Amino acid sequence: METRNLTCINCPMGCALTIEMEGNEVISVSGNTCLRGDAYGRKEVTNPTRIVTSTVRVTGGAADMVSVKTGQDIPKGKIFECVKALRDVEVQAPIHIGDVIVSDVAGTGVDVVATKNVESR
Amino acid sequence: MKNYDIVIIGGGPAGLAAAVSAKQSGIDSILILERDKELGGILNQCIHNGFGLHTFKEELTGPEYAERFIVQVKELGIEYRLHTMVLDIRSDKTVSAMNSEDGLFEIQAKAVILAMGCRERARGALNIPGYRPAGIYSAGTAQRLVNMEGYMPGREVVILGSGDIGLIMARRMTLEGAKVKVVAELMPYSGGLKRNIVQCLDDYGIPLKLSHTVVDIKGKERVEGVTLAQVDEKSKPIPGTEEFYSCDTLLLSVGLIPENEISRGMGVEMNPVTSGPKVNESLETNLEGVFACGNVLHVHDLVDFVSEEAAAAGRNAAAYVKETVNTSEEREIGLVATEGVRYTVPSIIRVAHMEDNLKVRFRVGSVYQNCFVSVYFDDERVLHRKRQVLAPGEMEEVKLSKEQFLQYPKLQKITFKIEEE
Repeated sequence: METRNLTCINCPMGCALTIEMEGNEVISVSGNTCLRGDAYGRKEVTNPTRIVTSTVRVTGGAADMVSVKTGQDIPKGKIFECVKALRDVEVQAPIHIGDVIVSDVAGTGVDVVATKNVESR
Repeated sequence: MKNYDIVIIGGGPAGLAAAVSAKQSGIDSILILERDKELGGILNQCIHNGFGLHTFKEELTGPEYAERFIVQVKELGIEYRLHTMVLDIRSDKTVSAMNSEDGLFEIQAKAVILAMGCRERARGALNIPGYRPAGIYSAGTAQRLVNMEGYMPGREVVILGSGDIGLIMARRMTLEGAKVKVVAELMPYSGGLKRNIVQCLDDYGIPLKLSHTVVDIKGKERVEGVTLAQVDEKSKPIPGTEEFYSCDTLLLSVGLIPENEISRGMGVEMNPVTSGPKVNESLETNLEGVFACGNVLHVHDLVDFVSEEAAAAGRNAAAYVKETVNTSEEREIGLVATEGVRYTVPSIIRVAHMEDNLKVRFRVGSVYQNCFVSVYFDDERVLHRKRQVLAPGEMEEVKLSKEQFLQYPKLQKITFKIEEE
């Protein structure tokens, strides 16, 4: 049996989780103070995911950059590929929160959306 | 001279939430003064997610969180002026401000809400030897450059200080292709939130060296490298532990200081521990009708709590303007922070002015495990809450109810402390 120690990141409590595993099977999660900790621990050792945030260039806007995020969390192993896919993207103002900037980023099935409004200059 | 019921200094998260709540409390004449080109303050450069879990029960990025409040400010028709710098405020609440359109002008306010936020501690405050080459930035400056201006400050990075902005920037610069070699922290614990250490350092294999500091910066025109050394319990570098890291950039994330020049100028009394104003239960300073909230009052970890605190300041300022506060009883109870508790906000409670519930916020001075947060009403312990861990980087709160106070009519002081049992 394998034991993994993680810090839960669902809230600022940062509970110290202990996860017992048998191969790829989670046997138990302990140390959490709420159910979200249990779910996080199980997911983190089997299929860790993250929301990725970055920025892309804007042309003709009141600002030069617009902040973006993945609409949902994507596999941790896809983070760099996702950021790379955004590197040369340029969008035309106006941009509004929720506008799709890149669809199906890095083959994850998840869209990258704007998180800020940038009006035309 | 123009007159407003409430003038709010700063259009960041605190100013926005204070304005919305003052308006919802029935005040129509409100003006927000903001020096930047847009509302939202520092949230505009905080593009990472994790904001709003408490307020909106979802994870938003900084700009999205700000937008939720900006929309409300606009829908409620609250007036604001951008590009406007407040120069000073007199104790009679006359605000002097300037912008390029109106020039220098004065506004008379019935109540003022201070919501100017904070600034980063700079290199000059650290006494690091070495030349003054290019390539040394505060973490927040680097954040603005990368996220708003679209420039990368460097390629090989060392970060001094493990405050949240430094941790966030370690990840951000890594994603943008930089190599973040190490984060050094003077204290034996991190000043940042745990989840930031996990998501920004552990995820990317960036080492965090606790009890370490920068003892030398190499390079004359541009940073060429820094030397780290371990420090002893008195924070003095230990000879023989020096280690050289070549890098072109040094980011500093070594603390935030509330920006209170205007407050001091108008005669607001300060708390030397927080570097923010001393306030009572209404978040009112020693000057009647002058309120403070957000990072200008004390530095917060979570914007959700800034919004909550600022909403209280907005309601209280509205009540002050409307003169609905019952002032028959002016008994003042002092709050004392001792034995591990560094400060409390507020530091004075007037029971007659309390809302039904009051959140007292505080920070501890070092890391405590398996201990108790205790509150004493005079000599009687009224709260004894077990905690697995308490850390200076995470703000704590205790809720006191007005009802509780009515049972102690002779109460003189409330003491907050950390106890082992």
